[in-house]
Amino acid sequence: MANMNLYSRGDKFFVRINMVLVGLFTLATLYPFIYIAAVSLSSGMAARSGVVVLTPVEATFAAYQQILVDPDFWNSYLNTFIYTIGGTIMSLLLVIPAAYALSRPQLIGRRFWNLMVAFTMWFNAGMIPFWLNMRDLGLLDSYFGIIIGFAVNAFNIILLRNFFESIPRSFEEAARMDGANEFQVLWKVFIPLSKPAIATITLFCVVARWNGFFWAMILLQDEGKIPLQVYLRKTIAELSDDHEFSSTLLSSLYSAETVNAAIIVCSIIPVLLFYPFIQKYFNKGILLGGVKE
Amino acid sequence: MANLSDKSRWLLRHFRREWQIYLMLAPAVIWFLTFLYTPMYGLQVAFKDYSIFKGVAGSPWIGFEHFQTLFDNDDFIRSLKNTAILSAYNLLFAFPAPIILALMFNEILNQWYKKGAQTIVYLPHFISTVILAGIVLTAFSPSAGIVNTVLGWFGVDPIYFMSKPEWFRPIFIGSGIWQEAGFSSIVFLAAIAGVNPSLYESAVVDGASRWQMMWKITIPSILPTILIMLIIRIGNLLEVSFELVLLLYQPATYVTADVVNTFIYRQGIQSGQYDLAAAAGLFNAVVAFILVMTANALSKRFSRTSLW
Repeated sequence: MANMNLYSRGDKFFVRINMVLVGLFTLATLYPFIYIAAVSLSSGMAARSGVVVLTPVEATFAAYQQILVDPDFWNSYLNTFIYTIGGTIMSLLLVIPAAYALSRPQLIGRRFWNLMVAFTMWFNAGMIPFWLNMRDLGLLDSYFGIIIGFAVNAFNIILLRNFFESIPRSFEEAARMDGANEFQVLWKVFIPLSKPAIATITLFCVVARWNGFFWAMILLQDEGKIPLQVYLRKTIAELSDDHEFSSTLLSSLYSAETVNAAIIVCSIIPVLLFYPFIQKYFNKGILLGGVKE
Repeated sequence: MANLSDKSRWLLRHFRREWQIYLMLAPAVIWFLTFLYTPMYGLQVAFKDYSIFKGVAGSPWIGFEHFQTLFDNDDFIRSLKNTAILSAYNLLFAFPAPIILALMFNEILNQWYKKGAQTIVYLPHFISTVILAGIVLTAFSPSAGIVNTVLGWFGVDPIYFMSKPEWFRPIFIGSGIWQEAGFSSIVFLAAIAGVNPSLYESAVVDGASRWQMMWKITIPSILPTILIMLIIRIGNLLEVSFELVLLLYQPATYVTADVVNTFIYRQGIQSGQYDLAAAAGLFNAVVAFILVMTANALSKRFSRTSLW
């Protein structure tokens, strides 16, 4: 299939047009990132007058200097790390043992427990009862509330349970002979065999935590506890409705646009660093594991 | 009686031997009860005159009054309509995009080119909604944005995109495609990879062109996958990315942008009308539940494999 010489003239034309179209779509995907990076490195005046297209105009680090001296920025960055790491560990601690238990045939009421988990994917009480419940539990404005409140996801449990179920019984027999208990079988047999599946749900958790903003925004009033996304959201709100703020800074080196772009760049960088690791897994097609039962 | 005590003795032995798996399951069960099933119990506020001081259980019942209020409320009706329209646009434009992209990727022979393009188009999926909104607001800004800069080259006056109701839907759907089309194509690429190669070999012998093979072999072969994804999409029809709406809309664009969940957010979280907002949420959840169940029944029928 890969030998172009076998292709007719019409096919060659088709293949080349296709290559160009894919190239254009790829550039269109890439361009906003380049544009934002260029804005973040331009002067406030240049950004405001709309002359930034591809490369920085009147290049300056002023916007970055502006945010890097803001203690709120660093604080929210640190909070994001706390929520991401804490939340992911909490998720794994709850999800892995539960998925293992649900995969055991001897579990009494297995159908019931599975239904209890799956039902939450079909029916959700919604924003208000969830919020009222968090308030009644005293989990507003709390690190722990954010970490525990979103720790379990039915989809992740089912994905991992399916993976555990696909592991042949013969793998655990040797361990059982040695008198291993359930915890030891899980730890020494199932977890090592399920590294790809566990990596997948870890990835889901990390990405969801890093990017999550809505619940952090409504559950956290204390500015000291907000994550990066909520911090970013505030600067975006200023960008969309406060034009006077920006125009007074017209003469200066930075503007609402450049500061906003600089924060976007700062919050994308860790994702880019993490991205090769992410790719390693979804190239194997494991992310699709949940689609088929 | 002897039978019963036999059973209880068996249970006792079972738990004594297998207590560890119940211990493993317990934290997650407690979590589900605390964080997802308690709110379901709390849904009763939709039928109550909720007061913070009386709490969920103590507030008096008022029946369907909130639902009546909702359906007399133009803003709620508008949010239902907008949700339906955005969903329909999603189905029409955002659903086919990854299929087309996967077919195009499949026709690329240069592996290096293909891998490079895929690496780039998958990336936006991992970007947060807030960043997406930040990019959109910057790019469409009237004075500073690149879109108006380019329009200016053609002598078009700056357009205030974000405050024009007629622009909200195209911008919303377009940014959704930018973010998800690439990543969603993975499913279809996997389906294409599973097509029997001998089908192509015999088509080549018959002198079929690439274009014909795409229409006669590839597309029919991945049709089951397309159908399953379509059914999943229908099941999630009400799940318009309301976070993105929340970040992009403004009072001037509510007329086309306000969806059910943003309505609930404003009524409930911002204005404190928890009972009314919970009623709107319950209505939403019931419709979503019916859609999901219908979708699942459909998928059982077409593919003989349940989705869950």
